[in-house]
Amino acid sequence: MAKRKTPMLDELEKGRWPSFVSDMKQEAAAREKTKVDLQTPREACDDLLSLMELSYEDKVGHWKHGGIVGVFGYGGGVIGRYCDQPEQFPAVRDFHTMRVNQPSSYFYTTEHLRKICDLWERRGSGLTNMHGSTGDMILLGTTTPQLEEIFWELTHDLKQDLGGSGSNLRTPNCCIGKARCEFACYDTQHLCHSFTMEYQDELHRPAFPYKFKFKFDGCPNGCVASIARADMSVIGTWRDDIRIDQEAVRAYVGGDFKPNAGAHAGRNWGPFDIEKEVIHLCPTHCMAWDGKNLKINNKECIRCMHCINTMPRALRIGEDTGASILFGAKAPILEGAQLSTLVVPFMKIEEPYDELKELIENVWDWWSEGGKNRERLGEMMQREGLGKLMEVCGLKADPRSIKEPRSNPYIFWKEEDVAGGWERDIKEYRKKHQK
Amino acid sequence: MAYNPSDPMKDRITDIGPRNYEDFLPPVIKRNFGRWLYHDILEPGVLVHVSETGEKVYTVRVGGARLMGVQHIREICDIADKHCDGHVRWTTRNNIEFMVDAEAKLKPLMEDLEKRKFAGGSHKFPRGGTGAGLTNIVHTQGWIHCHTPATDASGVVKAVMDELYDDFQKMRFPAQVRISLACCLNMCGAVHCSDIAILGIHRMPPMIDHENLGNMCEIPLAIAACPTGAIKPTTVDGKKSVEVKNERCMFCGNCYTMCPCMPLADEVGSGIALLVGGKLSNRISPPMFSKVVVPFLPNEPPRWPQTVEAIKKILYTYMEDAKKYERLGNWAQRIGWERFFEKTGLPFTEHLIDDYRFAYTTWRTSTQFKF
Ligand code: HEM
Ligand code: HEM
Ligand code: SF4
Ligand code: SF4
Ligand code: SF4
Ligand code: SF4
Repeated sequence: MAKRKTPMLDELEKGRWPSFVSDMKQEAAAREKTKVDLQTPREACDDLLSLMELSYEDKVGHWKHGGIVGVFGYGGGVIGRYCDQPEQFPAVRDFHTMRVNQPSSYFYTTEHLRKICDLWERRGSGLTNMHGSTGDMILLGTTTPQLEEIFWELTHDLKQDLGGSGSNLRTPNCCIGKARCEFACYDTQHLCHSFTMEYQDELHRPAFPYKFKFKFDGCPNGCVASIARADMSVIGTWRDDIRIDQEAVRAYVGGDFKPNAGAHAGRNWGPFDIEKEVIHLCPTHCMAWDGKNLKINNKECIRCMHCINTMPRALRIGEDTGASILFGAKAPILEGAQLSTLVVPFMKIEEPYDELKELIENVWDWWSEGGKNRERLGEMMQREGLGKLMEVCGLKADPRSIKEPRSNPYIFWKEEDVAGGWERDIKEYRKKHQK
Repeated sequence: MAYNPSDPMKDRITDIGPRNYEDFLPPVIKRNFGRWLYHDILEPGVLVHVSETGEKVYTVRVGGARLMGVQHIREICDIADKHCDGHVRWTTRNNIEFMVDAEAKLKPLMEDLEKRKFAGGSHKFPRGGTGAGLTNIVHTQGWIHCHTPATDASGVVKAVMDELYDDFQKMRFPAQVRISLACCLNMCGAVHCSDIAILGIHRMPPMIDHENLGNMCEIPLAIAACPTGAIKPTTVDGKKSVEVKNERCMFCGNCYTMCPCMPLADEVGSGIALLVGGKLSNRISPPMFSKVVVPFLPNEPPRWPQTVEAIKKILYTYMEDAKKYERLGNWAQRIGWERFFEKTGLPFTEHLIDDYRFAYTTWRTSTQFKF
């Protein structure tokens, strides 16, 4: 039983949305009577509920700052956590998180999940996050002596490893991609898995100035938000023509197919109007509809996905597919939020992904050498300039990397840009110009 | 073979990586990998994907509270065993997806999901989260498990989703709406690009534990951590410590991250800011940042009524006013921010005028405005 009454949390058992409080109570009740040989305190969920109630009363959290724990040889994957009221809530005195590296796009067999449940019931609090925002499966709440035991069982019995935390590569993450999405321009799952395997050392042994995230979106719709939160965003795209099934376009116009796959079914928006809903909304106005056929001037298309999303049965991404590579997104800490910047407009994404690996390794070398402590790549790009990053990657300047050219003329010319260099002679100058 | 604490390195395996996703794909997904032609939303929360082989996969998407106990996960496994041949997946927004390979299997699955409830009465598996509706709120840890939060996470999300439950199930918005929550400025999660972002913020400078700071913190690191250069070294009662120039502090908490002797969370000082208009898909318009429209609301556990109210106001004004396919931020841009505040009834205060670096780029430098 919880140590204190939890009237405020109990409020959150009401209402229709799944209640995490009910879930925690369910877990607490199961722990109370289980015959499993529990290795962390039986009252962990109860004490966590009581501690949460205290936070609800005080309107501040009750976890101590940090705490360095981990498994041997790894610099990441475990986040130390200690309660700041250990006497009151001894069962959550130490309550560390383990980040378990998730399989690409979160498909599981129940057989595997049940093994994880068994492991975490016995050795942890029984509570998880499915999943954390970085991507990992998050196992919440265990004690220091359990860490090695869990790691052992995870690797030996479940054949699964920890993810990243700290100043290292964070667990890569991808959208569902070709597994179940017709818009995927490359195999996000395979690339994500291969890169995770390739860079295990970077994932587990911090050697970077700060964290580094890869995320893989299969198309410009961006379902894993790579453009907003990855230091390297790989976003699928194509460079030939959108494939059109004119018959199907007519079926949309005729009302036989629901636009946008039926996404607007909750409200009466009137009949589908291709002029209003597609032709005029195309950001580059590169489409035309003559009442029978749809034309796209593909050279002007910026592949925003709107027409394809709106008529998925009639329009398909092109066949010459690959990805755009962008760098430098981050949340506000420290220098303000940044979105990723387009650095490579198009790259073929095919095994063994050598070109992409070379690119990322060049970037890492540059950042590892020049980055300040806790400086994200995006911040270093601001400090050193996009041009410098392109130079390091051996890329030529490309107007696709900018929204507009500079409006200030403060150009940092280099000496080699000027014929004859910068050496001049003031005496020669004085011959023509008096003081 | 089991772990031997007296010889921990014996037979140790490391760096094996995640399980290969291919081991976990449902057979119908495996057979049609990369061959999908199109998809349809049959009803809210129910998708069908059609392959060029003629096969179809039906997906039922249900919302989940991201915090889950293993009893709950086992129940998910029971359902997946019964209906989906032992396969299940999660989405990036903490939804759970059950997939079946025949239409006939759909109804029994949906009925099964529908009837399951927690002891307290809430639904375990609400169906929805597709199309022009609201999907699950991605959120962070809050008071459950993090050390820097300015607000709770799971509780706020529960309070908001209870009120917006119908919109999770209805697809009646002009475009999809993504709400995200981060409990501090670290923003573990993409709230800076969400249609509506709920963000925990502090308003009081750090307290300084002079007694312990010299021993527990690397003073140069704490100084370097401050983006505004507000921190200076000092000596108090003969002990090395730091002082903070309060008027320079913008309450980011970064110093606390580096130094536990500078806590700043507070019952009165900490609370919630609301941001709107971010997006990250490239559809029609490029990705955009969210913008602060409510600078501060107090923490009001357990139901955060002012936060919920403000979100509803924004959301329903948008729903009434925007055009089909128009994301919340595009709507606000089209009508203009002066109209946004007028229509939503949110007060515009001096705190909403940027005064950080690059602030100038957000000031109006034209005479084009609306009365
Ligand atoms: C001073 C910098 C930061 C610190 C000290 C920090 C600390 C943490 C901690 C302690 C957690 C684990 C929470 C837990 O499970 O108990 C976490 C999770 C996370 N952080 Fe941060 N963080 C920082 C900055 C950021 C930034 C800038 C981002 C995004 C760009 C970020 C993204 C994440 C994500 C995605 C998670 C996973 C959260 C989840 O469980 O859903 N963090 N962070
Ligand atoms: C079944 C495969 C999927 C398809 C066909 C699909 C389709 C789309 C489309 C069309 C968009 C662009 C929407 C727009 O801007 O109008 C989009 C964006 C997005 N989708 Fe998906 N999606 C799929 C799976 C998912 C899943 C499983 C999730 C996670 C629950 C997800 C999360 C997102 C997110 C976060 C965005 C970005 C929205 C934004 O701009 O903020 N998608 N998706
Ligand atoms: S990012 Fe594109 S390819 Fe990936 S799931 Fe979303 S819509 Fe599909
Ligand atoms: S993808 Fe976008 S830019 Fe290209 S034709 Fe379609 S609507 Fe126009
Ligand atoms: S957003 Fe801040 S408070 Fe919340 S989990 Fe991340 S670091 Fe912790
Ligand atoms: S909270 Fe941020 S701005 Fe304030 S002193 Fe600390 S680091 Fe500096």
